[in-house]
Amino acid sequence: MSAPAPLKATPLNAIHREMGAKMVDFGGWDMPVQYSGIIDEHHAVRRGVGLFDVSHMGEIEILGPEAIQCADFLTTNAVSRLKEGQAQYSGLLYEHGGFVDDILVHKVSDNHIFICVNASNQDKDYEHIRERNRFDAVVEFTSGEYAQLAVQGPRALTTLQKLTEVRLGEIRYYWFVDGKVSGAAARIARTGYTGEDGFEVYVDPSDAPRIWNEILQAGQEFGIKPCGLGARNTLRLESAMALYGHEIHASISPLEADLAWIVKLNKGEFVGRAALAKQNNDGVRRKLIGFEMRARGIARDGYEVFMNGLAAGWVTSGSPSPTLNKNIGMCYLPVEHARAGTPIQVMIRNQPVDAETVDTPFYKRAK
Amino acid sequence: MSKYPEEFRYTKEHEWVKVEGDTGLVGITDHAQKELGDIVYVDLPKVGTIVDKGKSLGSVESVKAVSDIYSPISGEVIAINETLTSAPEKLNEDPHGAAWLVKVRLNAPDEIKQLLSASDYQTYIGAES
Repeated sequence: MSAPAPLKATPLNAIHREMGAKMVDFGGWDMPVQYSGIIDEHHAVRRGVGLFDVSHMGEIEILGPEAIQCADFLTTNAVSRLKEGQAQYSGLLYEHGGFVDDILVHKVSDNHIFICVNASNQDKDYEHIRERNRFDAVVEFTSGEYAQLAVQGPRALTTLQKLTEVRLGEIRYYWFVDGKVSGAAARIARTGYTGEDGFEVYVDPSDAPRIWNEILQAGQEFGIKPCGLGARNTLRLESAMALYGHEIHASISPLEADLAWIVKLNKGEFVGRAALAKQNNDGVRRKLIGFEMRARGIARDGYEVFMNGLAAGWVTSGSPSPTLNKNIGMCYLPVEHARAGTPIQVMIRNQPVDAETVDTPFYKRAK
Repeated sequence: MSKYPEEFRYTKEHEWVKVEGDTGLVGITDHAQKELGDIVYVDLPKVGTIVDKGKSLGSVESVKAVSDIYSPISGEVIAINETLTSAPEKLNEDPHGAAWLVKVRLNAPDEIKQLLSASDYQTYIGAES
């Protein structure tokens, strides 16, 4: 027997441990699942501000005269439509139309695309892109060059503004600026995975511990909380954002995952396009839909969904919703049933428990 | 005073039992509630249910996951802690006291000897983490 590979650690690992976070193995990374408690952290982000270490996320960059063409060929959304300093959510697909990963594509310049990818997919993503790169462009794996901090919540802007001269209010949603935070070079993106306003800040790993501490200090007056992956999950689920390995994976296409908006079939050839065009033409057979439990019980990932006594689908994510005080989830159902108002039963520990499909997101912040 | 009462006996599955005469009060340990995080549901058996040592007697559910509660002893459930139905978060606050789970009339009191003492349990969770 060989020893298991040691867990990977972010530059903030020692701080998490010092601060008493509960650590878990998250896809090979030693990450904080919670600090003060998932519900407490969740509310901090909805009502004030929370700080997440998401340095485990990967970075891949495409450089060269044909960086845009390369990124457009590899991803589902229209990279050519991005302006400098703009970002977009997108899909990295196999030829058969299933997800390799879901990603954030940032256009730094006409010859520089910066992509943020999921931690556990980063090696596979890099290989996938490199193998299919037939352009005058170089693909670089740069995860080691960045730590990433997410400052999220209605007071995120006021908090982060104390540490930068960049006028954060002028960065539009899904745009980014290269500037400084706490005197250190930083890529500041107005993006997030919580359904709140906020920023994702990419910095040099050696600057990360100091910036982490300074953000916590800056947010003190707003009751800032360091947050773990537990709250990150309940926050993204309330906002019905997909999580790789749950809502999406290699056997799921964006059209099934209710992500048709990130697929631009008319932009020209891209990996997976033919399969998606066929699906679009023939119609998909199953589709992602949200649900709320109507009877007592919490649906969990992988639980079966029944309709009229017959197996009909499966739960992709399920949890109590701290904001709504309901038990919510998402599931795949045959497309003809995947609309709001369908009564379903979730098999919870061998008991069918009543639930009903609903429109998503479950939670939407007031603008 | 230890956080883990000396008069309790413990399981490796993180339940405790406090024997009083021919009955045992059963709960989950402080270590268990910390591991679970925010507890949102507690499912308990009905009064009159016969429970067996080592078998599931109910479940506790946190934001993240659901976990079985294994009965540390065999017997008949003679009382359940109803307050946990409406206030499951009490399990996070006072797991060794007000948030006991069930009271069982023991039908094999000798089973208690197979359980861990407070110091053995603390050694066990120390070694586990």
